Amino acid sequence: MSAGARVRGAPVARVRIAIVAVALIAWEALAASGLLLHDVVPSLGKIAAALWKLVSTAPLYQNLGWTAYEIGVSLVIGGVAGVLFGLALGGNRFLSRAFEPYLHYLGPTPKIIFFPIMIMWFGVGGGSKIAMGSLSCFFPVALSTAVGMRQIEPVLVRVGKSFRASFAQMLVKIYLPAIRPAMLTGLRLGLGVAVIGVLLAETKLSNRGLGYLVIQRYTNFDMPGMYAILIVVFLLAIVANALLSRLGGSSSTTTV
Amino acid sequence: MSESRASAFTPIAAGLATVAGVLALVEAMIHAGWINRFVVPLPSAVLASFGRVIAEENVLWRTLYTGMEALAAGVMAALVGGAIGALLTRRRVLRLATETWVAAIAAAPIVLIYPLFLVVFGRNASTIVMIGFVAGLPPVILKTVEGLSGTRRVLIDVGRSFKLTTVQEFWKIRFPAALPTIFVGFRLGIMFALINIVGVEYLINFGGLGQLVNELAERYDLPAMYAAIFFVVLVSVVFFLVTERVERWLASR
Repeated sequence: MSAGARVRGAPVARVRIAIVAVALIAWEALAASGLLLHDVVPSLGKIAAALWKLVSTAPLYQNLGWTAYEIGVSLVIGGVAGVLFGLALGGNRFLSRAFEPYLHYLGPTPKIIFFPIMIMWFGVGGGSKIAMGSLSCFFPVALSTAVGMRQIEPVLVRVGKSFRASFAQMLVKIYLPAIRPAMLTGLRLGLGVAVIGVLLAETKLSNRGLGYLVIQRYTNFDMPGMYAILIVVFLLAIVANALLSRLGGSSSTTTV
Repeated sequence: MSESRASAFTPIAAGLATVAGVLALVEAMIHAGWINRFVVPLPSAVLASFGRVIAEENVLWRTLYTGMEALAAGVMAALVGGAIGALLTRRRVLRLATETWVAAIAAAPIVLIYPLFLVVFGRNASTIVMIGFVAGLPPVILKTVEGLSGTRRVLIDVGRSFKLTTVQEFWKIRFPAALPTIFVGFRLGIMFALINIVGVEYLINFGGLGQLVNELAERYDLPAMYAAIFFVVLVSVVFFLVTERVERWLASR
C-alpha cells in the first residue's frame, strides 16, 4: 500500500483501462477470426444480448432464488456447526489436539467427491446440495473460529471469570465478541466454498438452480447463454464476498 | 520426559478411539437395522473392499494419473505464475493495477467455468489440467510478488556493492531470498490444482481418482465407493503433509 501511495492513481487507472481494452479487442478478434469452433468464443454483442435476455426473463430469478436458498441454508447449517466445533476446539486444548488435525487435513480435500454419499443420504433434490454446501462451509468456519478462540487475550477471560460470569454469559459477553473478526473471516471463506459446493452439485445432478442452468446451456451448446450465466454467477459471488467483508471490517487480514 | 510423551499421546489416542468408536457404532446400528445398509454400507465391508479397489480398479495407476495431471498443472502455474509475478514486481504500475484483480480471481469460484473448458478443449485430460492450471495460478502470482518484493534491503545493497547486473541480482539475490515464500505459493497452487482436478474428474467422469468415485457410484458399489472416497482423502492428506514438510524445510534454511 505504501508503494501504491507513491504512485499516482492516474497511470494505474490508465493501465487498467488499457488491459481491459486489449482483452476485449483480443476477444472480439478471436470471435471474428473463426479459429475456434463456431460460437465457442461468441462476439461481445452476442454475449451482451444473451445477458440482457437472461436478466429480463423469469427463469434466472427462479433458479437464482433456489440456489440462494440452498446456499443460505448451507451457510446457516455449516456456519453454526463450524462455530460450535470451533468454540469447543479452540477453548479446550485436549479436544484441539485430539480432533483438530482431522479438520486441518480434511479441510483441503475436494468436497465434491462426497457428493455421491450426500445423494444417498439426502436424495437427488435440494437436500444433497445443501449438504454439500454445509460440508464445504463447515471446515473454514470451524478452523477459523478455533484460531480466533486461541487468540483471545487472556485478560478478557480473566475479567469475565473475576465477575463470576456463567458459561452462557462468557460466551455472549466475551468469547463471541472477541472472535467476531475470525468468525466472519471463516464465514466469508465458508460462503465462497459453499457457493462452489452447491453450484458444482447442481451441475452434476439437478433440475433447478444456477448450476443447472449453466450445464443446461452447455448441453444445448448455447455458448452466449452459458457465458451470460457465468457472468451473473461470478458477479453475485463477488458481491456476496464484498458484503461479508464489509461485515467483518478488517477481518480480511486475519489468516485461517 | 516419558510422562510428557504420554500426555502428548493421550489426545491423539482419544481422537483415534473416537473415530473407531463411531465406526463401531455405525456397524452396530446397521446390523440392528437402524441404518439402512443400502444407504450406508457396513464399515467392515468398506474395509474389506480396499483390496478389491486396489487390485481391480487400478487405483494406484489412477492415483498416478491424477498426480501427473496435478503436477502438469502445478508446473505450468509455477512457470507462468512465476513469470507474471516477476513482471509485476518489476513494473510497479502493473502490480498496482492488477494485484487486486489477481486476488479477486483467487477468491472466485473458478472451477465453475469447467463447462466452458469442456467446449474449448473437449472431454479429455487437457480440460482437467487447464482447470487445475487456472485454479493454481493466482496464489503463485501473489506469493511470487510478495516474496520478490520483500527481499531485505541489505541483501540488495550487497549485490549492488558487487556491481551485479539486474539479471544477476535476480538470480543470485532476489530469487533465492524469495524462494520460501514462492514455494508457499506453489504449494497452495498445486493444492488448489489437485482439489479442482479431482473434482472435475468426478464431474466429467474422466481421468483418475475422481472418475473412479463416479464410476463406483454409478455402479452402486457402495463399499468400494466409500473406499475410493477414503483413498482420495488419503491422497490429499499425504500430498498436503509432504508439501507442508517441504515448506517448513525451506523456511528453516
